[in-house]
Amino acid sequence: MTNDIEIKDKAAWDAAEKVADYEHGWSSDIETDFAPKGLNEDTVRFISAKKNEPEWMLEWRLKAFAMWKTMEAPDWAKLNVPPIDYQDAYYYAAPKAKPKLSSLDEVDPEILRVYEKLGIPIAEQKLLAGVEGGEVGGLPQRRVAVDAVFDSVSVATTFRAELERAGVIFRSISEAIKEYPDLVRKYLGKIVPMHDNYFATLNCAVFSDGTFVYIPEGVRCPMELSTYFRINAENTGQFERTLIVADKGSYVSYLEGCTAPMRDENQLHAAVVELVALDDAEIKYSTVQNWYPGDAEGKGGIYNFVTKRALCQGRNSKVSWTQVETGSAVTWKYPSCVLNGENSVGEFYSVAVTNNYQQADTGTKMIHNGKGSRSTIVSKGISAGHSNNTYRGLVRVAPNAEGVRNFTQCDSLLLGSLSGAHTVPYIEVRNPSAQIEHEATTSKISDDQMFYAMARGLNAEEAVALIVNGFAKEVLQQLPMEFAVEAQKLLGISLEGSVG
Amino acid sequence: MLQITNLHANVGDKPILKGLTLSLNAGEIHAIMGPNGAGKSTLGYVLSGRPGYEVTEGSVTFNGQDLLALEPHERAAAGLFLGFQYPVEIPGVSNVQFLREALNAQRKYRGEAPLSGGEFLKVAREQAGALGMDMDMLKRPVNVGFSGGEKKRNEMVQMGIIDPALAILDETDSGLDIDALRTVGDGINRIMRKPDKAVLLITHYQRLLDYVKPDFVHVLDGGRITRTGGAELALELERDGYKELAA
Repeated sequence: MTNDIEIKDKAAWDAAEKVADYEHGWSSDIETDFAPKGLNEDTVRFISAKKNEPEWMLEWRLKAFAMWKTMEAPDWAKLNVPPIDYQDAYYYAAPKAKPKLSSLDEVDPEILRVYEKLGIPIAEQKLLAGVEGGEVGGLPQRRVAVDAVFDSVSVATTFRAELERAGVIFRSISEAIKEYPDLVRKYLGKIVPMHDNYFATLNCAVFSDGTFVYIPEGVRCPMELSTYFRINAENTGQFERTLIVADKGSYVSYLEGCTAPMRDENQLHAAVVELVALDDAEIKYSTVQNWYPGDAEGKGGIYNFVTKRALCQGRNSKVSWTQVETGSAVTWKYPSCVLNGENSVGEFYSVAVTNNYQQADTGTKMIHNGKGSRSTIVSKGISAGHSNNTYRGLVRVAPNAEGVRNFTQCDSLLLGSLSGAHTVPYIEVRNPSAQIEHEATTSKISDDQMFYAMARGLNAEEAVALIVNGFAKEVLQQLPMEFAVEAQKLLGISLEGSVG
Repeated sequence: MLQITNLHANVGDKPILKGLTLSLNAGEIHAIMGPNGAGKSTLGYVLSGRPGYEVTEGSVTFNGQDLLALEPHERAAAGLFLGFQYPVEIPGVSNVQFLREALNAQRKYRGEAPLSGGEFLKVAREQAGALGMDMDMLKRPVNVGFSGGEKKRNEMVQMGIIDPALAILDETDSGLDIDALRTVGDGINRIMRKPDKAVLLITHYQRLLDYVKPDFVHVLDGGRITRTGGAELALELERDGYKELAA
């Protein structure tokens, strides 16, 4: 099997090299353990066994799998997705386990190359690669704790000791299931229930890894937490699961970055992210999604079907989603807030860029159950090439929720004449005291703007990048500084070839 | 510095410039005047390379270089600046960011090192100050919410920061009150009245020429230069109008 894969890798790589630039489009020849191809009860058992999971976890997975078999894929989004053959994929791929190493020299150079490309500092690289003593020897300049998820497994998490001193739990979800079963059981599947939707149910059955975060009462997490997701192996679906619990009066800022190699076939990514904020707690969740989008003809790319939801359970709790979505062939994603707490706050800031034949149907749901709860939605969609970009959002106010406020702004920017922008806002208000505002605009980059910028010395691509960054500014300024710089560059790169 | 020879240009299918010949030397300020529809703005756009303005005949050299072979941003890097009649708004992009990126793109093209944030702000502060514009305006998005006069003043600040060899100023005087006219006129003199620079002023009216004294005045009519003279020609036009002249 190993030989077979290497040959396929080569072919995919050669094909991929011919297509448009994709900075993260490298794949790595790392020895990989696969589950047998296909999806059945044995696959679910295999994954659970690989992770040495407790019995309750296996039962939960099997229940989800039985449920999933009775469900159908949703078709209400404005997406054109060919039927997915769930039997033609691997549901578990992991870099082969290695014994403890004593220095970086012993680490598979391919894995190091991956970390380097991801921009992970050396001290953290040591830790990620499992070099003993990697945590000693001074702190890296960049104060971000990282959980790296490589295909189906978390490779390692960093800064664990320092976080533990603050009482923060930052673990791969597989470890957390074993080490903190009570905490995990209390919240897993409670924000996004098992039966929520087709892809979420599938995730419950086959999720392989992800991140677990717990911030104890009154603690402000001393650094930003971050997860890198990387799909590396071919024909492999990635189903990660993230659970973040912010206890009373706590604060955490969490960053999520994603990349995948260029491959001819489509790969499935179906993640579930659950957030819980108790009284006076705040979670800031930022995503830069840069999965491989497919080539200029629409071949290949990631199918990104993601369920993200936050429960603002406590009084004055707050969750802020910020996303920059530039990658994936298909994006189906609605990070949402269930605002149960009195005076709780939900925010959604989104930039979604589609180019060539990419399709994105993304937005948010703000469910106002708590009195005085407030939400802000700012969505910026940018469509170029032959792509389609849809904002789909729901603002719902429950009958007992007095004094709710929502402000929604949806702006679409079109490049060229072959792309599409669509806005589908649903507003359901059952309490007359609610104040709901919705603003929407659609515009094109004008010839006047382009020429003005070019007459001052910018080439066509620089001019587009500048104008688009200006358009998306309100969202970009919500990102943590280092992510904002990366995101700005990414917007420019994603739109390369879309003008002139 | 700039040599335009027998220039013919179309906008769409319509011929606008029909054999225009004009020569500018370093150290000179030329004014181009003419009635509506004579092709004045077209000349500015053709020289700066606006898409949709097609040259059908003739040549333009700029410091010995074939100007027409260059892209708009390459012309800017080569030292050509177009002051817009209607400066364009770019929401979300501050003047500072816009100009720093533009200037550094030009410098990169010319093989020069980019200016750091601090170096750039020093230059920007000087130029804005000289034109009576406060730094808060420079931090605002490009031309968004600016009055007509502020937009024109902003064009002059941009010209000061970019410091071009040749400025083509398209009706920079339109929409200005008397005080603003004087400020803009002073700006043009200060920035461009130098032995190694040249200016092509496109204007309807003589009044800007009270502040910026041209070395030559040309009448553009029907797509070509029909008359050339000194500063006194502008006064004559003001008195008699273009119709009289054509007769």
